[in-house]
Amino acid sequence: MPKRILEEFKVEWFQLLDECGTLDSSLLSPLLSPSESITKKEIQGFYESMVLIRSFDEKALKLQRMGRLGTYASICGQEAIQVGCAAALRSSDWFFPAFRESGLSILRGLPMKTLYQYWSGDERGSVVPEAHNDFPIAIPVGTHIPHAVGAAWAALYKKDKIAVLATFGDGATSKGDFHEGLNFAGVFSLPVVFLCQNNQWAISIPVSRQTAASTIAQKAIAYGFPGIQVDGNDVIAVYLVVKQALERARRGEGPTFIECLTYRLNDHTTADDASRYRSEEEVTLWQEKDPMRRLRRYLEKTYDWSTSHEEALQQEVNARISTAVEEYESVGPDDPLQMFDSLFETLPKDLLEQRAELKRRIEKEQEGARH
Amino acid sequence: MSKLNLVQAVNQALFHEMDLNPNMVIIGEDVGQDGGVFRATDGLIHKFGESRVVDTPLSESAIIGTAIGMAAYGLNPVAEIQFMGFLYGAMEQLVCHAARLRTRSRGRYTCPLVVRAPYGGGIHAPELHSESTEAFFVHTPGLKVVVPSTPAEAKGLLLSSLRDPDPVIFLEPSKIYRAIKEEVPDEEVLIPLGQARLVAEGDQATLITWGAMLHPTLRAATIMSEQGVYTDIIDLRTLSPLDSDTIMKSVEKTGRAVIIHEAALTCGVGAEIAAQISEKALLSLVSPIVRVAGFDTGVPLPKLERYYFPGCDQIIEAIQKVLSF
Repeated sequence: MPKRILEEFKVEWFQLLDECGTLDSSLLSPLLSPSESITKKEIQGFYESMVLIRSFDEKALKLQRMGRLGTYASICGQEAIQVGCAAALRSSDWFFPAFRESGLSILRGLPMKTLYQYWSGDERGSVVPEAHNDFPIAIPVGTHIPHAVGAAWAALYKKDKIAVLATFGDGATSKGDFHEGLNFAGVFSLPVVFLCQNNQWAISIPVSRQTAASTIAQKAIAYGFPGIQVDGNDVIAVYLVVKQALERARRGEGPTFIECLTYRLNDHTTADDASRYRSEEEVTLWQEKDPMRRLRRYLEKTYDWSTSHEEALQQEVNARISTAVEEYESVGPDDPLQMFDSLFETLPKDLLEQRAELKRRIEKEQEGARH
Repeated sequence: MSKLNLVQAVNQALFHEMDLNPNMVIIGEDVGQDGGVFRATDGLIHKFGESRVVDTPLSESAIIGTAIGMAAYGLNPVAEIQFMGFLYGAMEQLVCHAARLRTRSRGRYTCPLVVRAPYGGGIHAPELHSESTEAFFVHTPGLKVVVPSTPAEAKGLLLSSLRDPDPVIFLEPSKIYRAIKEEVPDEEVLIPLGQARLVAEGDQATLITWGAMLHPTLRAATIMSEQGVYTDIIDLRTLSPLDSDTIMKSVEKTGRAVIIHEAALTCGVGAEIAAQISEKALLSLVSPIVRVAGFDTGVPLPKLERYYFPGCDQIIEAIQKVLSF
C-alpha cells in the first residue's frame, strides 16, 4: 500500500454557558460522574469569586494610576478561567502561574496584600505561604512550564497522588520551553495539566502571528496527549474540563492541554496602550462576551439573583479589598540585607564583605536621617 | 584506595551518593543504558533503575527546567549536559530561575540541583565541544561553580556539590577525564566548596589556575624549579565562591601573580582575580599581574586548537616575565 493515512486528529470545543447566560445542561452529564452535580451554591460561588478578583483588578489599576502601585498586568476578561481552575484544583495540587493569574492565586489562598506587594516591586510579594503549593509569579514567558513538568515528575517519583497545573498565555506557546516542557510531559506521561489563557494578544502581537495553526489546542496532539479548546469565558465549561483533566492526571493517565479562548479586555500592562494596535470595535465585541456578565444573566434567570444580592456582594468584596490595601500599605520597609541573606543557605565568605558594605550604607543613611 | 581516572571518580561519587540519598535522581541525554557519552554514569541504571537514572529527550532547557521543578518539589536532581557548549540552550533556566529561586521566594523554595558538564578543549572534538565559558556562570549570583583538577579532587568536590543546598555547576575538564590516574579513597572524603588548594609551595611567584590547566602549570613549575625558581601553585577548585583569602595570602608572600586559564582572556575569571589582587594586595606586588589565557577569538576547530590554548611554554614565559620585571 503506497499511500495511507497514519494519523488524523480532532480538537473538541466546549461551551456550556453561552453569551446570553443560557446553560446547555445536556452537555453537563458527560462531564460529570454519575454521583456528581453542580449545585446552585457552587455556581453562585463562582460568581462571587469573579466579582472579588475583578474588583481586586480594578483596585490595582486605580492604585497604579494614583502612583500607589507599580506596573500591573490586568486580568480583566479572564476571570472565568481563573475561577474555574481554582475550583477544580485541590490544595494538595501544585500550581505554576505566569503573570496574568492574580485571580487564580488569590482564590488559591495567596493574600491579596501579597499580590499588591509584588506589583509594587516588593520582593516579599513572591513569598508564597508555607502551606501553599504554588510557585511565585514567572515573568520570563513560558519558562515556568518545565518547572511544572519537573514538579509533576517528582510527585510521580514520590508516588504522591497530586496533579500540577501550569498556566500561560498564547505568546508562551511560541517559546521553546513550551514545546520542550510538553514533550517531556508526554514522553514520561506526567500528572500535569497545561492551560493556555489564549487572550489573543501578546502585547501587540495577535495570536495569528504566534501560530499558523487554527487552534493552539492541537499542538498537544504532536506531543501525544489530548488538546481541548474551551470557551474561556464560560466558567462552568472551564471548571468541568480542568477538573476532568486534573483527575485524569491524578489517576496516572498523563497530561492534558487545555486552550481557553478568551480576550484581554485591558492593555497588556499599565505601561501599554492597546489602542495603538487593536480596534475599539474588537474590544466592544468581546465586552459583549464578558464572563461575569454572562454568569450574572444565568443567575438572574435561574436563581432570581437580584440587584440587592449584587449590591450586598459588592459591598462585602469592597470591604475585603479595602482591608487588603490597608494591609499592603501598612507593611513596613523590606530588609535590604535580604539581598544577601536569602541568596544561598549559607552566605559564602567572599560575599560577607559586600554584605558589610550594604550594612554600612544602611547605617550611614539611618544616621543621616537622624541628623 | 583504588587507582581511578577522573571519569571513574565521578562515577564512584554518583554511585556513593545515589546509595545514600533516595531523593537523588540523574537525568540527561544518554545517561541510562549508554552510561553517558563519557561513561560517567556507567552502570548506574542497572543498580538504581530507570526511575532514578533517566534518559531524557534531546532537550537541554527542559532538562534543566524540569530539574528545577524537581528540586523545588524535594528531590535532588543531577542533570548531565553532554558538553558545556550545549548548556547555552538552558541559560535562561539557569540564570532566571535556578540562580534566583531561593532569593526571590525568600527561601520558600530552594534549588538543590547539580548540573554536570564536561568542559574545555584538548580532546579533538567537533565544533562547540571545547568551550570553557565558566565566567558566564561565575557572573551569575546564586550559582556555585566547581571545577576539579584530578580524580580524587573530582570525587570529593562532587560529593560536596551533591549535598549542597543550592545550585552547583560542576564542570569536568574533558581533557583530563582519562589522562590521569591517581589513588582515590574508597570511603567518603568531602572537599568543602569555596576552599582553594595550595598544590605546591614557593616564594617567588603565585600561579593561580583550575581544572585541566593545573597540569601544564605543574609542568612549568617543575621546569622552573630546576632553574631554582619556586612558586606557590593554587588550584582554585571552586570559582564561585572564590577563595580570595588563599590567593591574597600567597600574593602577599610572593609579590607576583600569574593567572592561568583556558577561557578567553577578556572578562575571564582571571580578570576578576586580577582585579581583586589589585584591590586587596596591590602594595605587595613587585610586578604587574600576568594572565595566561585563550585568545579572544572563538575556540577553533581541532586542527588549530593547539594555537588557541596556552600551554606549558606560555606559562614558563609568564613566570619569567613576572620575575624579570
